[in-house]
Amino acid sequence: MTVVFEKTKGLTDVQTHYCPGCTHGIVHRLVGEALEELGVLDKAIGVAPVGCAVLAYNYFNCDMHEAAHGRAPAVATGIKRVRPENFVFTYQGDGDLASIGTAEIVHVAHRGEKISTIFINNAIYGMTGGQMAPTTLIGQKATTAPLGRDEAHSGKPIKMSELLATIDGAKFVERVTVTTPGHVRKAKKAIKECFKLQIEGKGFGIVEVLSTCPTNWGLTPEESLRWLEENMIPYYPLGSFKRPKEDD
Amino acid sequence: MRKVLMKGNEAIGAAAIEAGCKYFFGYPITPQSELPEYMARELPKIGGVFLQAESEIAAINMVYGAAGSGVRVMTSSSSPGMALKQEGISYMAGAELPCVIVNIMRGGPGLGGIQPSQTDYFQATRGGGNGDYRLVVLAPADVQELVDLIIEGFDIADQYRNPVMILGDGMIGQMMEPVEFKEPKKRDLPEKDWATTGTEGKRKPNIINSLYLAPEELEKHNIKLQAKYREIKEKEVKVQSYNIEDGDVVIAAYGTTSRIVKTAISQLEREGYKVGLIRPITLWPYPYEEFQKINDECKGILTVEMNNGQMIDDVKIAVEGKYPVYFYGRTGGMVPTPDEIVKKVKEIHGGEI
Repeated sequence: MTVVFEKTKGLTDVQTHYCPGCTHGIVHRLVGEALEELGVLDKAIGVAPVGCAVLAYNYFNCDMHEAAHGRAPAVATGIKRVRPENFVFTYQGDGDLASIGTAEIVHVAHRGEKISTIFINNAIYGMTGGQMAPTTLIGQKATTAPLGRDEAHSGKPIKMSELLATIDGAKFVERVTVTTPGHVRKAKKAIKECFKLQIEGKGFGIVEVLSTCPTNWGLTPEESLRWLEENMIPYYPLGSFKRPKEDD
Repeated sequence: MRKVLMKGNEAIGAAAIEAGCKYFFGYPITPQSELPEYMARELPKIGGVFLQAESEIAAINMVYGAAGSGVRVMTSSSSPGMALKQEGISYMAGAELPCVIVNIMRGGPGLGGIQPSQTDYFQATRGGGNGDYRLVVLAPADVQELVDLIIEGFDIADQYRNPVMILGDGMIGQMMEPVEFKEPKKRDLPEKDWATTGTEGKRKPNIINSLYLAPEELEKHNIKLQAKYREIKEKEVKVQSYNIEDGDVVIAAYGTTSRIVKTAISQLEREGYKVGLIRPITLWPYPYEEFQKINDECKGILTVEMNNGQMIDDVKIAVEGKYPVYFYGRTGGMVPTPDEIVKKVKEIHGGEI
């Protein structure tokens, strides 16, 4: 019998705490597979955020740090600077990366730290119960924006990939999603390319993954996938924003 | 070994390197900037890393990452910057990560000033961050002691897996004195088998963490931390005292203030007064027991600080109401003079207050 699919060694053998229909699980698998397939799992050190992925240190099958809210890029900097031979990545949500940790992510890109970041953008605070995120869409309801996000009050949703792509030290910036098998394949390709960049010592790389939050969006898992495609993708276009140049 | 003349802030850097610290993450702030500047010059020469972070918050989190990866690492700041580092310090205490943190204090609150003060005693000894935790807080009085405590501080941090804070002030950071670099007392330091170094496929993943969602687990973690703090209290108290068996008045002072107090005591002795001194070197654990040795006839304890009275709380805890406790302090960067202290001691001695 031929094995056509098996669970990656990049993930531990435990049940996750994620809600049904949440795409964290898919992205965890892709990260685990990328670490395993690139042969860096044994020397990987990951940094988990504060937010829904706070327990990611229990799920990735490698050495892990749990960072304070938003500080994962700074923690990863400390690790990578003392252990340049290790593979260092952060896994962060939009509250963590795009709100409280904007300084840390901007400066990790600015210094061109040789680390990789997986950025989960689901346009809401999941763990704390559906509050408005900097990425919440205009008109989208949240517990702290009960009438929907109002541009005059809260500004427009922040586009982190576009912002980070303007920084010289960021060498790989791509936005993907995981709503269909086709998108999942593209997302994995982007994550592997981003990780390869670090292995080759070329600089900072980030993959933004548009993700669902059925629980706090108040939708079924299937409706959530549709809502993401109809509402998030038009505002947050998928695709590559930055690739290393020939001379990088 | 030959003595060298060094400025306090630079001596801290030299002592850290002597102790095997090759990594420094910091952010500029007066009056401690000579230390990151020294590290920026010296660490690359020995294959180490100096990195100027985007903020004190980032710097302490870089220390968290580096310490979790098993290396000796240091950061420094001054009062307002140290306030920013408290989040990371609490996380390091929770995750039991060793490191040395230097606070060269200046006047506050808020942006305060840039002149010397001792206004962060509460912050350092009571836990400036959230949660039930303790730092080992070392308070050197001169540049030689500063060097000695930095070197020993790294060992203490590693032995107990706990952050150690050096609490100095702008005066000790800026003054130049001759120093020599001596081996600290030999300690049995545990292997850092908890550090994140990559599993190499040989062991289960190591996790650096301060999160315990199950209350029974978090309580268990806290009980373990408290047991460690008790051991530190039993083994690591450092204090210098003088004439407390005989002094009619005993002064309590730490750091550079204690040197001004010593000058005042010499002057008082020339005039025939008997005055004692208790100088805590560890502010946590505090040398409470030393105060039990004060003679029964002592008229009172005078606490002298460069603030409005912070260590006085520990002095009151220590004497348990046995003696009246008085305070003299200057603040805002103003430094008490020996004459002012002499006057205060005479008032206590004469029963005027």
